[in-house]
Amino acid sequence: MMSELPPEFIVKIDYDRCRRCKRCVMNCSFGCMQFKDRVVPEHKNCVACHRCTTFCPESAITITSNELAYKENANWMPEIRKNILKQAQTGGILLTGMGNPKPYQILWDHMLIDACQVTNPSIDPLREPMELRTFIGRKPDRLEFAHNKDGEIDLVTELQPQVKLDVPILFGAMSYGAVSLNVHRALAMAANRSGTLMNTGEGGLHKDLYPYAGNIIVQVASGRFGVHSEYLNTSAMVEIKIGQGAKPGIGGHLPGEKVGEDISKTRMIPVGTDAISPAPHHDIYSIEDLSQLIFAIKEAVDYTKPVSVKISAVHNVAAIASGIVRAGADVVTIDGFKGGTGASPMVIRDNVGIPIELALAAVDQRLRDEGIRNNASIICAGGIRSSGDVAKAIALGADATVIGTAALVAIGCRICQKCYTGNCAWGIATQKPELTRRLDPQVSAQRLSNLLTAWSLELKEILGSLGVNSIESLRGSRERLRGIDLDEQTLKLLGIKPAGVGQ
Amino acid sequence: MRCNCYIPSGCSISGMMSESGKRMDGNAIIRSIALMHDRGNGLGGGFAAYGIYPRHADQFAFHMMFDTKQAKKQCEEYLKDTFDIVLDEEIPTRPGGVFEEETSGKDAEYGARPITDPPILWRYFLDVPEEKTTFVTEDEYVVNKVMEINSKFDSAFVASSGKNMGAFKGVGYPEDIGMFYKLDEYKAYIWTAHSRFPTNTPGWWGGAHPFCLLDWSIVHNGEISSYGINKRYLETFGYKLELRTDTEVIAYLFDLLVRRHNLSVEIAAKALASPFWKDIDRMPDRERKITSAIRQVYGGALLNGPFSVILGHSRGMVGFNDRIKLRPMTCGRADDMLYMSSEESGIREIEPDLDEVWSPKAGTVVIGELHEEVQ
Repeated sequence: MMSELPPEFIVKIDYDRCRRCKRCVMNCSFGCMQFKDRVVPEHKNCVACHRCTTFCPESAITITSNELAYKENANWMPEIRKNILKQAQTGGILLTGMGNPKPYQILWDHMLIDACQVTNPSIDPLREPMELRTFIGRKPDRLEFAHNKDGEIDLVTELQPQVKLDVPILFGAMSYGAVSLNVHRALAMAANRSGTLMNTGEGGLHKDLYPYAGNIIVQVASGRFGVHSEYLNTSAMVEIKIGQGAKPGIGGHLPGEKVGEDISKTRMIPVGTDAISPAPHHDIYSIEDLSQLIFAIKEAVDYTKPVSVKISAVHNVAAIASGIVRAGADVVTIDGFKGGTGASPMVIRDNVGIPIELALAAVDQRLRDEGIRNNASIICAGGIRSSGDVAKAIALGADATVIGTAALVAIGCRICQKCYTGNCAWGIATQKPELTRRLDPQVSAQRLSNLLTAWSLELKEILGSLGVNSIESLRGSRERLRGIDLDEQTLKLLGIKPAGVGQ
Repeated sequence: MRCNCYIPSGCSISGMMSESGKRMDGNAIIRSIALMHDRGNGLGGGFAAYGIYPRHADQFAFHMMFDTKQAKKQCEEYLKDTFDIVLDEEIPTRPGGVFEEETSGKDAEYGARPITDPPILWRYFLDVPEEKTTFVTEDEYVVNKVMEINSKFDSAFVASSGKNMGAFKGVGYPEDIGMFYKLDEYKAYIWTAHSRFPTNTPGWWGGAHPFCLLDWSIVHNGEISSYGINKRYLETFGYKLELRTDTEVIAYLFDLLVRRHNLSVEIAAKALASPFWKDIDRMPDRERKITSAIRQVYGGALLNGPFSVILGHSRGMVGFNDRIKLRPMTCGRADDMLYMSSEESGIREIEPDLDEVWSPKAGTVVIGELHEEVQ
């Protein structure tokens, strides 16, 4: 019955140019390119990962969408019918990878940034210092000083642990299992080089990465895979994962075939067994339970590291975040509904959660209204695509932002959304040795680091044009944002004025 | 009439103080700010003076502006309910009075614009009833009431609310404002002055500098580019920012950091115009630890954008610049006198014989303090 599904893409080979080098056949990990005297594509297997087109030395391959695979209908779109056909065949939940691809309004693109003219001068970032340094962690509301017996001033207040970031952009949580060890290596090296953090995700930390402890967030998720005392202490920060933007309220599932020797050791589960993360933490059924886990972790790390709690952006996110801060978390990470995933039920990814822009604005305002904004840093994740998005997120109130998909794109990802198949042709979301070795951690680390350098330079340009020379003067400064093509209610929720209105 | 639009502005500022507490009349400060006439455009000028009400030194002196008699009556009812009014009187003025003194040969137009159309200007010397301070301090109580009047009464405005000090401000060139308010008849040990160049008009008397709260007064040349976050930061501590001028955030930040958080003026200034991380990283251990902590905890208080500021309070005067000195400020000393001005000329005009004159580095504070023995 598979024949009921027309191919999504058509692969065209220019046989005049093709030299039959078979490079495309070797590179295709989805079984599309076959060699029968000449290259013959099996259109049905193509996922448009563009591995073959990238590596064809003769540029002889073109991939197009299968235009009239389904007769045009504005209501019964091809994707809808394709899904129905698949489910009629299997009776199963549809799986998918990467973030929400639906054309929901992208609020970042409806916000514009201010700049200085005459009355306050803009600042040239090439000539003047521009500061992006950011500290993540709980801050007291005030400092106390005292004079010591020599008449010098002493700081009496003891600050809670803080993590220093040279750039307010972190790498998102992607587990070893969902992505390959080489990806983890690249992320760790790049984080180290750029003065920021990578996040282990819920799959534990491979021993090889222990030297990068200062640049690692270790995650504690509902499956508790790979969580032990040494793991918690091999980090700059610990994160309790409650939810993920791509699949709020849903657990995770790493199929047994991906659990080889190394993953088994890292996750502390037998080789070949499925790694199932339950939807909730089974020891957290309430905010007071969360508080206990936060302090259990703080005890385990001897109060030397901030503890973050990551939640999906859901309707009641502001009140939940407030509870989390009051429960003792030093950092709240909010993950918007455009955030990526290695595998998620499609119906959840495409329909559950709210945009990060609104969630972030609501959380920042709520914490301010309650006078506890200083008590926690806010990290904004899920749908950050450019330095412009970063600047807007910080102006809305984020201390730092997270990139997951953008980081993967930097190292080869073509967003073909087949992460859950384990066949990633770019060696990212796979554990097959012949595929993982396609990704060179050194080269990838350099590319990731380049991306952060480029975005930092752009952020400095934005700060300079705003006439400020430090990121904290942008943080939460919604006065410097204006909305365009947004309705009044959305503007109110974002806490910004419409474009055209002065101060 | 309250102006409801935000007004960025350029300006000049000047300040003088006798550290031994000697009281001087307002002629000198008027001359100093008059010399920098061209830095303003006649849409705002004002002065703050400390030590002017020795006979009422224990009472809060409220300088009020009312648009209408009705507003005055309403507000007076409120003041009667919330304070004990010891004395109230009209602030003496010289309507039509103009500044006529010769200044630097370039004064043809000085004084050509007498002050017109003032609001009702009234001052009240107030005691806080004892029973009102059971749960809050006297200062806290006064701050709350000032916030309440400024936000609740549309046509009433508290220009200043400190003890033994007052703000005299309005729409016009500062030298004419000075004459209008008869500042030549007041004696103060600290005078600060401001001349305004708003780039967006509506002339509103309350919008002129100095901006005051309790005994804090701010005159400010510049624009706070970080206003958006400074405002939101202050709001988390219960401040109501109603005046739509960036200058008020400076006054409130000092109130928060110095009065409520009990930081020294030096440390508060370090939070407002912080050193750069590249310099902090090179500091000796103890200083680095302190400065890093200030930046981490008080990031929301960091003032960014061009400014030079003179902060007055009952024990002294503090001048400081933004972190990269985008606005001018020069300081000078002669005997017990400390001068600060947007231009050196503003100091030389009133004290040609200076012991010392210098332009403070970006982000550094210049502090003038009354000698300890002065009451």
